[in-house]
Amino acid sequence: MKIKAIALNTFKEAIRDRILYLLFFFAAAAIIFSRILALLTVGDRIKIIKDVGLASLSLFGALMAILIGTGLVYKEIDKKTIYTVISKPIHRWQFLLGKFLGLMLTLVVMIGLMSLIFLAVVFVHTFKFEPRLLIAIAFIFIELFLITAVAILFSCFSTPILSSIFSLAFYLIGHTSWGLETLIRKLKSGVWRSLAQFLYTFLPDLENFNFRTEIVHGLTIQPKFYFYSALYGFFYTLFILVLANIIFRKRDFV
Amino acid sequence: MVEETTSLEVLRVENLYKSYKSGFIPRRFPVLKGISFSVHQGEIFGYLGPNGAGKTTTLKCILGLIFPDSGEIKLFGQPHLFLKAKEKVGYLPENPYFYEYLTAREFLNFYAQLFPRERMADKNKINELLHLVGLEKAADLQLRKFSKGMLQRIGLAQALINDPELVFLDEPLGGLDPIGRKELRDIIVNLKEKGKTVFLCSHILQDIEMICDRVAIIVGGRLVAQGALTDLISEKVLFTEITLSGLPRETLEGLGEFVSVRGDRALIKVFDENKLSQILNLVREKKGKIYSLVPRTETLEDIFVDMVKQR
Repeated sequence: MKIKAIALNTFKEAIRDRILYLLFFFAAAAIIFSRILALLTVGDRIKIIKDVGLASLSLFGALMAILIGTGLVYKEIDKKTIYTVISKPIHRWQFLLGKFLGLMLTLVVMIGLMSLIFLAVVFVHTFKFEPRLLIAIAFIFIELFLITAVAILFSCFSTPILSSIFSLAFYLIGHTSWGLETLIRKLKSGVWRSLAQFLYTFLPDLENFNFRTEIVHGLTIQPKFYFYSALYGFFYTLFILVLANIIFRKRDFV
Repeated sequence: MVEETTSLEVLRVENLYKSYKSGFIPRRFPVLKGISFSVHQGEIFGYLGPNGAGKTTTLKCILGLIFPDSGEIKLFGQPHLFLKAKEKVGYLPENPYFYEYLTAREFLNFYAQLFPRERMADKNKINELLHLVGLEKAADLQLRKFSKGMLQRIGLAQALINDPELVFLDEPLGGLDPIGRKELRDIIVNLKEKGKTVFLCSHILQDIEMICDRVAIIVGGRLVAQGALTDLISEKVLFTEITLSGLPRETLEGLGEFVSVRGDRALIKVFDENKLSQILNLVREKKGKIYSLVPRTETLEDIFVDMVKQR
């Protein structure tokens, strides 16, 4: 009940924030713009619409998670609204979890609406509903939940601007760290290879959640990949949330 | 250090130390240097001190917003971070900042949900609280449109949402106009009549003096005095202020200290009872006129200023 109250309050806060609508507007514009882009491209127009549409969902979803998530906890401390909440009979982890779930709910609603626009645009062109697109969208959600957790983690100890930079760096590193795998294969065994291996194990690999290319191009994917990716997302998010809680539980609100 | 008592303790603080780190190369600055006191059930306890003395830091330690370096805090006989203990507590912070995107009703409803079912306020209780703090008409207005005084009132309603046994009020009179202050004092006294305990931090000493049963004075992170107001303040007359007219100044020379002279009328401070009698006799003889005669006993402010100066 307490977690639900905090989550719903966070949802209300996010929904009444103008930045959300700005991002929503741009995302919707990008999805619709994909149709114009398709007209200018040689090749399969439907694939372009799907590809650009899914990429827009992922990118604008990440921006929403980062720009709103990084301010969530920091604003509560900065504006001292946290005083009256933490002094109530509530554990600090309940507060943090409520904040996380509230932002998750916001993303589900906003990205859900964008997905409907996207699916409608695809439907107008193909006149058929493609359930596989839902799988790609589901993995975008898993990625966004992880980014939300990361944004909240940074928000526990630094300002929104710094947190946004850190979270954005996490997003970019996460989408390029697969390059390390190639590097490991090319390096001979030694210090550099061990270092690359260590980094690859430690750094997030957000490409694990990217099934867009396979789905857009109709390639087959073994179900175990879905399973492992979802599991990876779940445990990584849990790890980040536990880390955030460790920092938050002993923090003085001065 | 804590005085012995037979009445039920709702709060006990013992040997509380707290310091903050500050600066590029962090250095520790002690804020609380061994604070000990206890608050008893059903009393209004005043916690006084100049700015930066450590009042709010003490409160934050008690409420679990910051962690003390050492010391023990017990609420209702339990460690202060136990949720069971926190359920019975209400808190209004200094200069309260609230979720400005919520309406007053949504705001109270949100806080109500942070308590277990048996302490959760329902719609009627929320309406009752809005009535108590005089905000019924603003119930559906977003808090961003509230004035400072209105925020203070909704903050108080929030502090009372769980029908608490012990209420912490940090500078509750700040930002209120004289009528608002009187209303708030009435609410506090009313809480005491219902058997609740009130812990009041305030700079406005007159208000504390008017309603508090016991006080503790903190200066520079240490308690310098605590006890019942009647024990701290002596009833001895310090001096008498007398406003009179009809007497030439020369006749009064040496009998008292002239505070102000306006036309024929003079305000004189008289420190000696014999001299006061002499003045009264003179007024009678010379057919003068007395406008006011006020004996000044020691006030909390005198004690407070003395204590702060001594440190």
